[in-house]
Amino acid sequence: MQLTRRNMLALSGGAAAATALGLPAYASAAQDAIAAFTGGADLAEGAVTLTAPEIAENGNTVPIEVSAPGAASIMLLADGNPTPAVATFNFGPLSPSRGAATRVRLAGTQNVIAIAKMEDGTFQRASAEVKVTIGGCGG
Amino acid sequence: MISRRDFLQMGMAAAALYGGTQPWSRVAAQQSLTQDQLLQFDTFGNVSLIHITDIHAQLKPIFFREPSINLGVGGNKGAVPHVTGADFRKLYGIADGSPSHYALSSGDFSALAQAYGRVGGLDRVATVVNAIRADRPDALLLDGGDTWHGSYTCYHTQGQDMVDAMNVLRPDAMTFHWEFTLGSGRVAEHVENLPFAALGQNIFDAEWDEPAELFKPYQLFERGGTLVAVIGQAFPYMPIANPGWMFPEYSFGIRDENMQAMVDEVRAAGAEVVVCLSHNGFDVDKKMAGRVTGLDVILSGHTHDALPEPVLVGETIICPSGSNGKFVTRVDLDVRDGRMMGYRTKLIPIFSDVITPDATMAAEIDRIRAPFEAEMSEVIGQSDATLYRRGNFNGTWDDVICDALISERDAEIALSPGVRWGPSIVPGQDITREDIWNVTSMTYGEAYRTEMSGEFLKVILEDVADNIFNPDPYYQQGGDMVRTGGLGYTIDVSQPQGSRISNMTLLSTGEPIDPARNYVVAGWASVNEGTEGPQIWDVVENHIKKMGTVTVSENNSVEVIGV
Repeated sequence: MQLTRRNMLALSGGAAAATALGLPAYASAAQDAIAAFTGGADLAEGAVTLTAPEIAENGNTVPIEVSAPGAASIMLLADGNPTPAVATFNFGPLSPSRGAATRVRLAGTQNVIAIAKMEDGTFQRASAEVKVTIGGCGG
Repeated sequence: MISRRDFLQMGMAAAALYGGTQPWSRVAAQQSLTQDQLLQFDTFGNVSLIHITDIHAQLKPIFFREPSINLGVGGNKGAVPHVTGADFRKLYGIADGSPSHYALSSGDFSALAQAYGRVGGLDRVATVVNAIRADRPDALLLDGGDTWHGSYTCYHTQGQDMVDAMNVLRPDAMTFHWEFTLGSGRVAEHVENLPFAALGQNIFDAEWDEPAELFKPYQLFERGGTLVAVIGQAFPYMPIANPGWMFPEYSFGIRDENMQAMVDEVRAAGAEVVVCLSHNGFDVDKKMAGRVTGLDVILSGHTHDALPEPVLVGETIICPSGSNGKFVTRVDLDVRDGRMMGYRTKLIPIFSDVITPDATMAAEIDRIRAPFEAEMSEVIGQSDATLYRRGNFNGTWDDVICDALISERDAEIALSPGVRWGPSIVPGQDITREDIWNVTSMTYGEAYRTEMSGEFLKVILEDVADNIFNPDPYYQQGGDMVRTGGLGYTIDVSQPQGSRISNMTLLSTGEPIDPARNYVVAGWASVNEGTEGPQIWDVVENHIKKMGTVTVSENNSVEVIGV
């Protein structure tokens, strides 16, 4: 049987290739995006709930849910993607809930980061590591 | 109200109850062990749970050697179940050579196997279940999953053998893992006809990311004058560790927020005791017990651990009940005034020569096996060594499988999945076709042959190692390291992903693996759709036929550091 390198990624006991490569450059791109969003303001933690799988079942479509009561907008980033920006959700004063759910393509194991701009102008942060692996041999 | 101190004392009493400390002379072993002793239990409280898990379709008694190496990492370093052999016996006060030594720990396996014989057999399990029900007629029987997978008859009937046999045993609820490798269509056929609850709070519809309709998150039972909630937790990493293309409609994950929501929901509905029927694996269960509040009991499966007493996390007891039909756990609970006031547990080893088979179940097993008996019982070869699978890095059965892949598929390197199921063979035993299927049977058993670069082999080893040795249990998948044939390496389990594997060596030449060179690799159990090759059981059968008598040499190909 001939296997292409793409097929190879899913071999048993197998693995995702090239997952953890090149993260530092993208991670700093994420930091830049956060700085632009917050204007360098302090980031507190605790008000943002970020729900993400510990291990992605499919790195091409990873369900992510974020909510932050009292948020005016929430920026979502994937710090290991070549383009870290995922989405920024803006909420008006009449928005019944300050949350969103979406699916994200992740290039490899990395942090998904949510930055919420609260209505009082302060900023909140939450992050979750999502592992992208295709290997594994279940017991 | 119960105080925390009282609760812990109750746990101590339960631990002291386990009769595992008497020394037995080997000659007198079977004669001095009786069914009454194995079943002895002072009925306690008002609710009884019976837990069996990870049967892997083993209807008949088998040999099963427990691991010598089962390393814990991070906060679980040195904690049970990551204690093996003599250390395990010392920890629990189990005498060398005792029945508990043989049932629960490695060391002296082949000699003790001669004395104590085979373990398991669903007809013996039925006797134990019936005896507990005689004590407590409304006891709940809970099946932790990995039931419809792992044998010749299971493969050929697509799980019907186990569905029929378990219906004789009459479980009250079940959760799932390998069942899904039958394909979602076949799973649905079975589940729709089950006369008991099919549970999994973490089984979701993949498209809509909402609870799957076919599986309920929990079931409420009125037992012993109280309301018992059983919440199911299926294996969280099914589409990653097994071929997701076989069940594309479903998504899993740990989903402990939803677990908490379900606990709150059943408490609001009046449940006084909440039981989680889990296929998380032990370390994941431990972490979950610390994050979800209100779980009283976790009946733990997946990682095939068997512990003689529960592990307490906060006020949650975690009871792991082994695998392959080797154990049944009885948990008695005192539930009063809206909460669990105390517990008493016993892990009952199923010594097949001591426990009388239940006639009804024995007849059902005979009926199931009859059409396949001739093919299954054909002797393929013999073994002059113990063939076993359990262990973090290798097992002699996997050595044989890797040898078969290298010689039958003309490869330089073999890869074999680090699964934990599969009974053992004792020295001198005939190896039948059934025995080979017991360690290889699956719905994606094609043995591929391909080329991989040295660099890619390293990526594979690093990736699989992180699925086992990531210090955070939520990133562990509960299997063991991929077994390698023809390839040696050093692993530092204390390092992060990318830095654990070094000194990769092609054993046939003794030369270091060249990252840039391509190697011919044979393996099996690819999760990739469309994998081609002969079935692994045929590869192994051909190899054993040629060998006649299987011999295994000591395997020093993996050096483990950072322990």
